[in-house]
Amino acid sequence: MSGKHVEKNQPTSFEFNSVNLEKINKILKKYPSERKKSAVMPLLDIAQRQHDNWIPYAAIKKIAEILEMPHIKVYEVATFYSMYNLAPVGKYFVQVCTTTPCMLRGSEKIVKLCKKYISEKEGQLSSDNKASWVEVECLGACVSAPMMQINDDFFEDLNEETAIKIFEGIKSDQLPKFGSQKGRIGFEPNKRLTLVKN
Amino acid sequence: MLQDKDRIFTNLYGDFGRDIVSAKSRGDWKDTAALIAKGKDWIINEVKLSELRGRGGAGFPTGMKWSFAPKEIKPGRPHYLIINADESEPGTCKDRDIIRFEPQKLIEGCLIASYAIGANTCYIYIRGEYFNESKILQEAINEAYKEGLIGKNACGTGFDLDIHIHLGAGAYICGEETALIESIEGNKGQPRLKPPFPALVGLYGCPTIVNNVETIAVVPTILKRGGKWFASFGRAKNTGTKIFCISGNVNNPCNVEEEMGIPLKELIEKHAGGVVGGWENLQAVIPGGSSMPVLSKKICDTIKMDFDSLVEVQSGLGTAGVVVIDKSQDIVKCFARIARFYKHESCGQCTPCREGTGWMWRMLERINKGDADVQEIDMLMDVTKQIEGHTICAFGEGASWPVQGLLRHFRGEIEQRLTFKNKKIA
Repeated sequence: MSGKHVEKNQPTSFEFNSVNLEKINKILKKYPSERKKSAVMPLLDIAQRQHDNWIPYAAIKKIAEILEMPHIKVYEVATFYSMYNLAPVGKYFVQVCTTTPCMLRGSEKIVKLCKKYISEKEGQLSSDNKASWVEVECLGACVSAPMMQINDDFFEDLNEETAIKIFEGIKSDQLPKFGSQKGRIGFEPNKRLTLVKN
Repeated sequence: MLQDKDRIFTNLYGDFGRDIVSAKSRGDWKDTAALIAKGKDWIINEVKLSELRGRGGAGFPTGMKWSFAPKEIKPGRPHYLIINADESEPGTCKDRDIIRFEPQKLIEGCLIASYAIGANTCYIYIRGEYFNESKILQEAINEAYKEGLIGKNACGTGFDLDIHIHLGAGAYICGEETALIESIEGNKGQPRLKPPFPALVGLYGCPTIVNNVETIAVVPTILKRGGKWFASFGRAKNTGTKIFCISGNVNNPCNVEEEMGIPLKELIEKHAGGVVGGWENLQAVIPGGSSMPVLSKKICDTIKMDFDSLVEVQSGLGTAGVVVIDKSQDIVKCFARIARFYKHESCGQCTPCREGTGWMWRMLERINKGDADVQEIDMLMDVTKQIEGHTICAFGEGASWPVQGLLRHFRGEIEQRLTFKNKKIA
């Protein structure tokens, strides 16, 4: 996997809030009691959601403590998977898929718009500190390419016009509804030959 | 063309509700208890009769895989079923729609498969980016628990089954079954050496069967309509229906469930509205997700989409993610981008793959710019051969096959580009 940017200014402590502690208890029940370690990925996810979408080292230590594993093992997992951010990202974290199926349908145009509307450099915060963008590998929505993910939501079937609407929505905190921007429900064709609704 | 009455995924396009009441009205959970009452051997035999092959890419016969699980469950060594929903192969997005629109088919399949292999716990490993889909699936699981279809005494059969979702976090390699198991165990997703195979030593060292979402979701229908019904589609060893994802330069990119062995041209022209600019504007097609070698237009004219037909032309059906590339695209650039994908996703465990994927990407980038010698084409081929077969898992093949396919079908074009560029420099 590729290298990761790790934040220099780290907070000194991290505690899970009570809602999340309850969630953690529930998650631990999914796995055999002697296999607590299995919960490392869901716990990293919870920590990231609690801490403005990035995981500080203090959270990694806390997770290691809860799961009774060496913290270097937690760190290893946190650096291996691409979805764990180890440095701050924007409140709107835009991930543009640029793998070949999206590239064929114009993802390069979306990247250009990111540079114009968010920040010149990938991974850099926008001037209003609201958003940052990165190029990512296949997000698994190739039939509705080009597409991007903003936080948890997929914005699919993009073109320049709809992408600009979304970027302007970021500035005014009013994003359009996620999903296909062409109004598709799923991956149905425009002209239905099969399972035609009566 | 496959008729609507023979479609398994009748809500593939989300026309109807995904809730359990709607799902039941479409036939899900009908007679499930009666199917289970027929016993493990009957279930496995019926799946064998259907000749169902795994839908995740490798195409291993599902019935045979299930029969590898030990018959007896030893104390302290419970069996596990894992559903692989880590769909990350470029060009593929079928499992996402099964989860979004037909979650009960998957859950019903989990129960039947778990019963057949003697597993009381099932983990569904879904890629982290499908966060909204995982919420939908969790709701569907909760509904099934509430109705007593899973959980203690599932469907009144006396069999217990718990289903848990485990979210991934953005690693393509976790689609490899042993990497997936490592990931659930709380480690980096790096594949294990095989043997031992997961069927004997898998999750937590216990017997584990790993199946793709689509494979499991078609099982209930196969059992209800009969293995022979499923086998009546396609041809021997390449049977059944399959969801094809058609993306790239087509007029109507879409997912469609079709009969195995449908001609590629028919698939693209009928369902996807044809290639942009017409069939003659077709340059190449990747038939089964980015790992499968590309096909030239000449092959596309006549090829049928099933496992063995595609192997005959040195490619493969893979996940049936059909990526269409028209003549306006720079073919070298397309494959340099695929090479970058593999460079990014290599887990770093085996040297040939960790280093080689980077070499392939950098060489293709240079070739794309014309900044390479013609002799380097053979060198690039040599690099792919040094990776292929020299790694723990099939990622090595997945990374080198697309490059080999490119060199096989577009060598002339690359040579021309390099010769022209070199002359210009001289």
